[in-house]
Amino acid sequence: MDLSIVLILLQDGIVNGAIYALLALALVLVFTVTRVIFIPQGEFVTYGALSLAALLANKVPGTAWLLLGLGVVAFLMDLTAVFASRRFDRLWLSAVSDLVLPVLAVIIARWAAHAGLPLLVNVLVVLAIVVQMGPLLYRVAYQPLAEASPLVLLIVSVGVHFAMTGLGLLFFGAEGSRTPAFIDGRSKLFGIDVSSQSLFVVVASALLIGLLYVLFERTLYGKALRATAVNRRGARLVAISTNFSGRLTFALAALIGAFSGMLIAPVTTVYYDSGFLVGLKGFVAAIIGGLISYPLAAGGALLVGLLESFSSFWASAFKEVIVFTLIIPVLLWRSFATPVLEEDE
Amino acid sequence: MRRLSGLYPVVVLVVLMAVLPLVSVTPEFWITLLNYIGLSSLVVLGLMLLTGIAGLTSFGQAAFVGVGAYVTGYLCLNYAASPWLTVFIGFAVTGVIAFCLGAITLRLSGHYLPLGTIAWGISLFYLFGNMDWLGRYDGLNGLPPIHFFGVALEAGRQIYFLIWTLVFLSMLALNQLLDSRPGRAIRALRGGPLLAESFGINTARYKIIVFVIAALLASLSGWLYAHLQRSINPTPFGINAGIEYLFMAVAGGAASVWGALLGAALVTVAKDQLQDILPRLLGSNGNFEVIVFGILFVLLLQRAPEGLFPYLQRAAALLRNERTRGRTIAIDEKAAPLSNRALPSPGTLLLDVKKLTKRFGGLVAVNAIDFSVRAGEIVGLIGPNGAGKSTTFNLITGVLKATSGDVIFAGQALNALRSRDIVRLGVARTFQHVKLLPQMSALENVALGAHLRVDVGILRAALRLDRALEARLLAEAMQQLRRVGLEHLAFEEAGNLALGQQRILEIARALAADPVLLLLDEPAAGLRYKEKQALAQVLRALRAAGMTILLVEHDMDFVMDLTDNLVVMDFGVKLAEGVPAKIRDDPVVLEAYLGGFDDEGGLT
Repeated sequence: MDLSIVLILLQDGIVNGAIYALLALALVLVFTVTRVIFIPQGEFVTYGALSLAALLANKVPGTAWLLLGLGVVAFLMDLTAVFASRRFDRLWLSAVSDLVLPVLAVIIARWAAHAGLPLLVNVLVVLAIVVQMGPLLYRVAYQPLAEASPLVLLIVSVGVHFAMTGLGLLFFGAEGSRTPAFIDGRSKLFGIDVSSQSLFVVVASALLIGLLYVLFERTLYGKALRATAVNRRGARLVAISTNFSGRLTFALAALIGAFSGMLIAPVTTVYYDSGFLVGLKGFVAAIIGGLISYPLAAGGALLVGLLESFSSFWASAFKEVIVFTLIIPVLLWRSFATPVLEEDE
Repeated sequence: MRRLSGLYPVVVLVVLMAVLPLVSVTPEFWITLLNYIGLSSLVVLGLMLLTGIAGLTSFGQAAFVGVGAYVTGYLCLNYAASPWLTVFIGFAVTGVIAFCLGAITLRLSGHYLPLGTIAWGISLFYLFGNMDWLGRYDGLNGLPPIHFFGVALEAGRQIYFLIWTLVFLSMLALNQLLDSRPGRAIRALRGGPLLAESFGINTARYKIIVFVIAALLASLSGWLYAHLQRSINPTPFGINAGIEYLFMAVAGGAASVWGALLGAALVTVAKDQLQDILPRLLGSNGNFEVIVFGILFVLLLQRAPEGLFPYLQRAAALLRNERTRGRTIAIDEKAAPLSNRALPSPGTLLLDVKKLTKRFGGLVAVNAIDFSVRAGEIVGLIGPNGAGKSTTFNLITGVLKATSGDVIFAGQALNALRSRDIVRLGVARTFQHVKLLPQMSALENVALGAHLRVDVGILRAALRLDRALEARLLAEAMQQLRRVGLEHLAFEEAGNLALGQQRILEIARALAADPVLLLLDEPAAGLRYKEKQALAQVLRALRAAGMTILLVEHDMDFVMDLTDNLVVMDFGVKLAEGVPAKIRDDPVVLEAYLGGFDDEGGLT
């Protein structure tokens, strides 16, 4: 193993690490705000990548129809809630978010599938579909159980993961897809030859992370989310709707997931079930941050990315074993770092 | 008679299942399906104990099934070992792995364990699939059948009997375990560590035990699977299978052995049917049943979080026009009483608190408190809100560690001891916020208090060799209930009792620990006048019997009439100490409680 191999592995590790960092960020965000351990995060990665591939192949991605279905179910649930509380003024809002916007997305998707649009416009179309799925999914699966224990929410997550993976198989088939690179060619960075696409992934991830930082630090919505994360009841007392926080968080999670998926689709072949493992590696990173620290999670993501790329060189068959076994020393370390919790009185 | 009528459906089920494979008209397909239900049931029974009873969750049980299967597969093929030997080697290997994983993850709060199980579930799957000596993804083929007294259990109809015998024996053993001393300790895990540890239950140890039992049941299932299939590969031991097992547990109702059986049966049959129907419906091949399972999973948790079995149970009870209530059990009043500690002679120094101090960062919650309790007294620790009473109480009971100072009980320092060691010395407590196990009967809650007084292990309980000791333990619990006047409610679920009764039940539970010193944390809080009187009467009777009591209280009237001595705290320091009559007239105390008199002589 010489220096050039080390550099290649480093480069791979950092590119993967950037993706895991994005996902870890989303997982920490979802957990702190909603206490949901969001196993299906990886499915958004798959849906993003494969929906883009479908559009580029002049097909309407099945995710558009799933969005419509979720919207209808969410609307029916909202409708029952409206009749129970007799607050009919809310109805038009539900109708827009549950029905109108999804229908618009489907119309756009049908048009985009045959319009031969540039790659970046297709990316936006995919985002229009997948990002909306986040809040609707929250409404349908999680909101009725918003006050349940993290354990119950985790089991729900696993159920959602099951359903979304199966639907992924139904929509996209068992064959994998790749999409064309956003940027071709290679560039020189500090005298090292890197592919422009890799550079693009890292820069785009960094940009998205920066954008989220601004959202959380500078905007009222971001502050509302942080308030919900600190204390749900306290947030409600100052008129922050925890349901709204949940939906917004899930929209961000879907955005991050779909975006990550489209970033990796040119680099690696994505299958209907690829997202699960990718998302879980984000989890290993997030757990390094104790599911609460963003910087530690990002650092953990880099560690996971590098560990993966180096172990794929030395023991490629055991790549997954090594990455997932990493969680054991991490948990051991965390179990000594966190005091055993006695109950509060 | 009641017990017999309860057994009736079980007997019918067992007889039916025993006859089924003997009748040649039974389709082979049924037998196959039943075999798989049996295999799943073993795993789900473990999850029932883990998730439904102890409140821990694992998605990685399939990996333990894999360990059991691969151990027997490898040893039978390479060393021609007998399956009857390899099953135990499988237990040993699984047990060690589960112990190590459990020791690492069980210390962490709730959601880390399931996340950890997902991770090692995946790890083990890839390990199975990449080891040359385990045949990589092709797995191991040509395994021998299990021989039973010279008969090779080759056909599905033959191994069927072995599978279902093991399933029913496991169910029986688990049921017997749950209805015993260690079983109550396992059920107490759900009530949080503080409650269990206060009665001497080592919660970390019991969590690991439960985790290992669940893993061993999975390993047993894997051993049977390997010799039923006669070949193994990594696929059935992956994370999806692990999730399916948990789904079975959740679907059936994770808190009873019958729920486990029901869940395993429903999901196995549904999967088989869906794998048939869905690809035809959707026009392509694939594991589409996961879509249905996933959606059902979510719906179930939203609509029926307790699973389906409790619904069936309630429906059956309605049919029989029967109120669902706790089971009445016979108490052997003639059982030899448990040995008791000798009570110290009245007036000897029992508890000596010296310069006890607790700082939380810059806040001094308890500041150099001194007081003592003598045998046979009732001492009240009183003070306004935020005076540091509860902190003092927690320092004495080992929940908090003191910054400095000493707590000496009968000549022994309590400072360095944990809650579960303190109760061992004869100091028992109650809780400010009632901590009972609401679904257990009052009697069982009290029996929990006597945990340390008999020594019955897991195996002895599972094999039902504990009945003599259990009878003595239950008789003791009944005796304590009688002592506080709650014997008529012995078989009622603790959650159905009124708050006043629940507080008195907590005292009975503390008494069951055979204490010398009883520590009561705001026993009268939230009680009505009549209930307070009843409580005071119970406490007086205990004092008359030689018990020493230290109570933290808010209610002045209550303590004035009851106690022999009072310690008044405010802002972490001791204001006054003495007999109630003296405290009542102490100007310093009046000032702390009423705001005192200012210079002009009026109340401020």
